[in-house]
Amino acid sequence: MFYREAGQFKTSYSADQAIFPIRQDRNFLVALFIFAYLAVPMIANEYWLSTILLPFLVFGLAALGLNILTGYAGQLSLGTGGFMATGAFAAYKLAVAFPDMNIVFVFLLSGVVTAIVGVLFGIPSLRIKGFYLAVATLAAQFFLVWVYNKFGWFTNYSSSGVISAPPRAVFGDFFVTGSSAGAIEKYLFTLTLVLVLALAAKNIVRSHIGRSWMAIRDMDIAAEIIGIKPLATKLTAFAVSSFYIGIAGALWAFIYTSSVEASAFDISRSFQILFMIIIGGLGSVMGSFLGAAFIVLLPIFLSNAPTLFGVTVAVDIISHVEFMIFGALIIFFLIVEPHGLARLWQVGKEKLRLWPFPY
Amino acid sequence: MEFLNAIFVAPFVEIWEYPVFFVEVVVAGLLSGIMYSLVALGFVLIFKASGVFNFAQGAMVLFAALTLVGLMEHGAPTLIALIGTIVVMIILALAIERVVLRPLVNQEPIILFMATIGLSYFLDGFGQLVWGSDIKVLDLGIPSAPMEYGGILVNQFDLVAALVAGLLVATLAVFFQKTRIGRALRAVADDHQAALSVGIPLKTIWAIVWSVAGLVGLVAGIMWGTKLGVQFSLTFVALKALPVLILGGFTSIPGAIVGGLIIGVGEKVAEVFWGPAFGGAIEDWFAYMLALAFLLFRPQGLFGDKIIERV
Repeated sequence: MFYREAGQFKTSYSADQAIFPIRQDRNFLVALFIFAYLAVPMIANEYWLSTILLPFLVFGLAALGLNILTGYAGQLSLGTGGFMATGAFAAYKLAVAFPDMNIVFVFLLSGVVTAIVGVLFGIPSLRIKGFYLAVATLAAQFFLVWVYNKFGWFTNYSSSGVISAPPRAVFGDFFVTGSSAGAIEKYLFTLTLVLVLALAAKNIVRSHIGRSWMAIRDMDIAAEIIGIKPLATKLTAFAVSSFYIGIAGALWAFIYTSSVEASAFDISRSFQILFMIIIGGLGSVMGSFLGAAFIVLLPIFLSNAPTLFGVTVAVDIISHVEFMIFGALIIFFLIVEPHGLARLWQVGKEKLRLWPFPY
Repeated sequence: MEFLNAIFVAPFVEIWEYPVFFVEVVVAGLLSGIMYSLVALGFVLIFKASGVFNFAQGAMVLFAALTLVGLMEHGAPTLIALIGTIVVMIILALAIERVVLRPLVNQEPIILFMATIGLSYFLDGFGQLVWGSDIKVLDLGIPSAPMEYGGILVNQFDLVAALVAGLLVATLAVFFQKTRIGRALRAVADDHQAALSVGIPLKTIWAIVWSVAGLVGLVAGIMWGTKLGVQFSLTFVALKALPVLILGGFTSIPGAIVGGLIIGVGEKVAEVFWGPAFGGAIEDWFAYMLALAFLLFRPQGLFGDKIIERV
């Protein structure tokens, strides 16, 4: 009744190629933007902003980056943590070395640095595929984290190996990093950056580049035969993916946690982000954020659930049960819907089209 | 200049001057490589028979070791505890086949891989929930004193581990080559559909393979548990088995052994002789880099099946 595109005629090519061709989708998105920009800062308190919404946005961006590589280009990667660390440390070095540079450029440049590193570690993907590649990307994971731990240059010889974000403002007094930055400023800045990057990703994946990624993913030999260069395609996937992951790492270090050490980006971080895209949906921009929301909220829910029901459980037991439920839920989700939350969203939309009179 | 010297000159000078020390390092590497092979074996068994990249092997190692120690702490004699653990691992294999694998038949490999990651989380949590998460000492009376053979120091425990690994591989080889079930397993590994069409029950075979992998995990768990103590970090040992798999090939049992030996020796030699040039602790990533470099020249590993691509 509410979600029906009947009667919406496209009268120009640009209308036909619009990024959201259905009016209701556009309305929904506009409503979502207004809600996120106006309503959330008013109703959400400090706790919600800094422990739920910020990690959700940062993880969503990282998951989007990995989804570009794994979901769209079909290259399984377990090196996400290492690339996030690269972004974080690149941002730190840049911010400290060029105090006058705007923080937005710092983040974008750290993304570029990560993209270069990502391309270097993406070169083996030309020869190796599938699980072999996944294990090869573990080399990136362990090597990069080791490098940032080992060489003091990356932390400016801080004795603890921890980097702390210097205070920086986007403009005037609008501080987004450092101790004087408020939760709302941080949230608004991250939201804007993530939204712009997500829209860019949405456009990239339906462009020439995105289509060649998908062709390589679906069958690389066939793609090669129709004239897609595997070398260029795979490496652009690594570059764009690492760019996003690097910015996510920089946001993590500068805005979410404010101070971070290399071991925060260990192998379990890589797995966490891989979970997000599998639960959210491989090959879906929307799915990356749905998966991030799920993985961020689930542990918070699990650790608060016993108190909600008025049961007190020892902390170590909770953490073990959390592990169990987490694992069981992943298996459950894969069995029920191997294509993730994004597919559920699609199915919901299809159902809504016919509602309330399905034939 | 100093750095180049530390990479290209100093290690070789050291090796030349102290050949006995070098041999000792190599032997230590060989023996620790065998420990990696033990974990890698479990991966290979399951990948061969069902095409599933079983990430939960590390969790199975930990779970088996925890169960064994837990049973022994509750007063069971060693033998009874062993049998009890074996029964638990077989039940676990049956449950995995029924609950995880059967509903996911015909899904893409990455989905199955994810399911095994979920499984490893579940097992980690479950094992520690039941048996507790503190570090436990596993003592089955395996001697661990260092001994001297022809001027070379060797740890007795590592020799036992090598012996056990050899026995295990021999048993597996006999099992795969001579028994009826073993032949069925190899048939399934070659071609699922052809195996089904000659009447080999796929579900039973998968349950058996996972049981065998569970038992191999138990052996690995005993060895690693005795060496490091039974604790959560055993699951990370499994990560070291991944480069071993790459080197040896995902489908080859001899490959798992040889790959383990190469990784073990490479890692130890690199750490001792080349480590100082990089400031130490290169053991963390050396195995992966070695595997990566190796893959560039031989993508299917040392003994893996040749990759044939058809359109």
